[in-house]
Amino acid sequence: MSDHPSPSFWSRNQKQIAPWVFLVPGMVMFLLYVIYPILESMLISLYEWDGLGPKTWVGLQNYRDLLNDDSFYTSLKNNVIWLMLYLLAIPGGLAVALFLNQTVAGIRLYKSLFFFPFVISQVVVGLIFSWFYAPDFGLLPHIIHFFTGTDLAILAEDKYATFGVIAAGLWPQTAYCMILYLTGLNNINPEQVEAARMDNAKGWSMLWNIILPQLRPATFIALVVTVIGALRSFDLISIMTVGGPYGSTRVLSYFMYEQALSEYGTAMGYGAAIAVVLFVIMLVFISLFIVRMLAQERNG
Amino acid sequence: MKLLMSLSGLALGLGLMATSALAGELVINSDQSDPAPKKAMEGLIADFEKANPDIKVKWNNFDHEGYKSAIRNFLTADAPDVAAWYAGNRMAPFVKAGLFEDVSDVWKDNGLDDSLKSAAASMTMDGKKWGVPYTYYQWGIYYNKDVYKKAGVTEPKNWAEFIANCEKIKAAGADCLTTGTKALWPGAGIFDYIDMRTNGYEFHMDLTAGRVKWTDPKVKAAFAEWAKVVPYMSANAAAIDWQDAAALLSQGKAANYVMGNFAVDTFKKGGMTNDNLGFMVFPEITAGVPRSEEAPTDTFHIPSGAKNKADAKKFLAFLASPDEQTKMNAILGQLPVNNKAQAANDPYIKAGFEELSSAHALAQFFDRDAPADMAKAGMEGFQEFMSHPDHLDAILERLQKVADKVYKQ
Amino acid sequence: MFPKPIAKSAPWAQRAYTLVLPVALIVWLLPLIGVAVTSIRPSSDLASGNYFGMPSGFAFWENYSAVFKNSNIGYYILNSFRVTIPTVIGAVGLSCLTGYALAVYKFKGNLAVFFMFVAGNFVPFQILAIPVRDLTLHMGLYDTMTGLVLFHIAFQTGFCTLFMRNFMKALPFALIESARVEGINEFRIFWYIVLPLVRPAMAALAVLVFTFIWNDYFWATVMAQSADVRPVTAGMSELKGQYKVAWELISAAAIVAALPPVAMFFLMQKHFIAGLTLGATKG
Repeated sequence: MSDHPSPSFWSRNQKQIAPWVFLVPGMVMFLLYVIYPILESMLISLYEWDGLGPKTWVGLQNYRDLLNDDSFYTSLKNNVIWLMLYLLAIPGGLAVALFLNQTVAGIRLYKSLFFFPFVISQVVVGLIFSWFYAPDFGLLPHIIHFFTGTDLAILAEDKYATFGVIAAGLWPQTAYCMILYLTGLNNINPEQVEAARMDNAKGWSMLWNIILPQLRPATFIALVVTVIGALRSFDLISIMTVGGPYGSTRVLSYFMYEQALSEYGTAMGYGAAIAVVLFVIMLVFISLFIVRMLAQERNG
Repeated sequence: MKLLMSLSGLALGLGLMATSALAGELVINSDQSDPAPKKAMEGLIADFEKANPDIKVKWNNFDHEGYKSAIRNFLTADAPDVAAWYAGNRMAPFVKAGLFEDVSDVWKDNGLDDSLKSAAASMTMDGKKWGVPYTYYQWGIYYNKDVYKKAGVTEPKNWAEFIANCEKIKAAGADCLTTGTKALWPGAGIFDYIDMRTNGYEFHMDLTAGRVKWTDPKVKAAFAEWAKVVPYMSANAAAIDWQDAAALLSQGKAANYVMGNFAVDTFKKGGMTNDNLGFMVFPEITAGVPRSEEAPTDTFHIPSGAKNKADAKKFLAFLASPDEQTKMNAILGQLPVNNKAQAANDPYIKAGFEELSSAHALAQFFDRDAPADMAKAGMEGFQEFMSHPDHLDAILERLQKVADKVYKQ
Repeated sequence: MFPKPIAKSAPWAQRAYTLVLPVALIVWLLPLIGVAVTSIRPSSDLASGNYFGMPSGFAFWENYSAVFKNSNIGYYILNSFRVTIPTVIGAVGLSCLTGYALAVYKFKGNLAVFFMFVAGNFVPFQILAIPVRDLTLHMGLYDTMTGLVLFHIAFQTGFCTLFMRNFMKALPFALIESARVEGINEFRIFWYIVLPLVRPAMAALAVLVFTFIWNDYFWATVMAQSADVRPVTAGMSELKGQYKVAWELISAAAIVAALPPVAMFFLMQKHFIAGLTLGATKG
């Protein structure tokens, strides 16, 4: 980096100092609002606190209470269901991308419109699907009634409600994966594809052996965003079911909100404990992703 | 980090002190963001300033929902002189934390134990008074007279007749009882009444205060009565809001609805009129149990951190007067607490006035009588019970588990 | 190209494809179409139970103007802008600085700081909620625009730093080197040489951050209580209560609330997609 004559004291120091000067504003904000709060939440989880009065030290009692709480297990179960089903957005997005990867007239408009659901706020998505599922006047119950003659209000049944909410979430998430894959498909090496075609490869074997490996970067990002999105999911549950019916759609993120930040809950210590559990679960996945990205950095 | 925060806090505090209330200024915080309460409050403040020209009122009006969290902050951080809130168990956390001022002297000096008698119990804790009530509204059963006629039934005199009516109403193709519990609280109204009618007001207060277990056989008995009407209730109640259920009543798809008087406006917007919208008191279940009613009461309090307590007390006394309560409630469409005030000339208000002034005692509604976290668990339990009455034992055990945690202080 | 270009298939396949496309789109957007149609139904339709038939009238002006007149939605939308725009400026600005530092300088801890930003971007909001609320309360900024904006700027710096750093890393380092040789100081290199080159990235990032912040619901609910601070996502739930069962009005309100990011998306599509897919094609 320095083949030129020995630089002055200032310019040498400038290169040492400069990065930190650039970094400091962003880092200070980030440390203050993200890193420090994570640690503080962990600390608060060791106390009992209603946000108003003094904090009382209770050690690990909040965690013991969690293990004894039915709502905790419901939330955990729902988080697992979310995680597993949300992953469907990835093959779903790939399928739609493959479907749209043609050059007919107007395909750009189609691609934009298919992507549309991702741009809308989850609040609006939740309202739209609540309307879609509503008994008496929703479109879906009408369709179900038409085909099976039964009445089914998805969001009123504890057996089905979570699946109804996840379906709503899959709508924008699939659109997102679709865009990732469309971009990925645009950047596939055409020579490899032509060569494979010459060898009479087509359909599934072409997809599996030639195309998918080249889509790995897109798949990785899709996986990261989908996993994180599934575990963080909050808006849809808050809008569509408010955690109900009778708490059956509760997930850890919403459970924490109910306990610490809503009208009916002022148990900040308990809420912090729930948040810590969610954080630790997510940390597992975040670490896996970071390790993978680190490897990419080292190789790239 | 903490030093920086406390320094900035100190700076803020000093700044605030410099602009704090001078004698003669009264700071009021309330949550009257909806049009009618806002108008009523504007009238009250204007009258108060006219009667007390040396006092200037500064009114901070919060959003109705946001207020419920905001109050927890401003009672400690920057207390006004007067704050709006609710009666009964809902004010208990603030009383226990020493954040409300004892106003027993205001009650004594103005004879309020007499004129505000019906709500006195809900304002009392440890034998002292902690605020002044100014409005409440009745709960009861609103029914569709056309559906009644079609099914050939009349107003039931007791629970047994009510259930018998349900059978006929079902045959006529309507739901006997409707509700919308997506927001949880409407279901609690049904529970409160069934418990009070089955076991009495005192038992219900013991339950909500944690002195009686959810697994008590008397509680089970109340649920058993509820189970009698569950088969005749609207399906999917858990998925709809109370307004959607109101539409069912207006459209004649349901016959009865346990609701508060504020719903009359919604019923009328859906097409009902004074001719076909009926109101009746919740029928008797256990013979001989004195009739108590739900009457959620709105109140004003003085925070213990208030700067101008003298004028605040004047305000509370003014608020308690029959004239002011008449005026405010005429705008609010609700009932004045002062028994010397006038109720508005509306059939439902008049019916409510009769119902409440002859009641044995007044409950404040489940989510105000029970502590917040108990209320939430309870209401979820009611919601589950209405969909799955066979889950009752599991529900009651779960509720008792929550109660053990909540009431242990 | 994969799958096989439709132009090379049999004519029946081509026709089938051109027919299936619009049908697929309609099925995909069915919930949205339903809401849009409901938003122009006159209220008499809903009162009489006509939810799916042809609307008996075209109540576009009545419904949409009713939404603005009878509710605070205009105000909430204004609030959303007042939160989103400063956040975009702050986050993109800060991340140009941090991205530059991490992309251009080799120093110990470079990767650690970088991954701190990346990992912090993934944490669940709930682990931050109580302390951030507390901090904002102590600063006297609770229930203010500033409080909400400060948090968003800080949090978005994570994602934005990742983005800008990756983009800047792909720039030709020779430019910076030669500038250094000429004795230009670091800040001028940043401002005059690098920044102009990353304008497309800044545009993409701005569009993305606008969408994320506009659509944020959790922080809008936790940090903003009163009507004059509430963004439209938090305000929507109030509308639902206010309108009771006026589904035609709620539908109109939902459409109105969704419009700005949608407009942003259609106007800046290229940037939007470039932003979202950065890294999707790196090996």
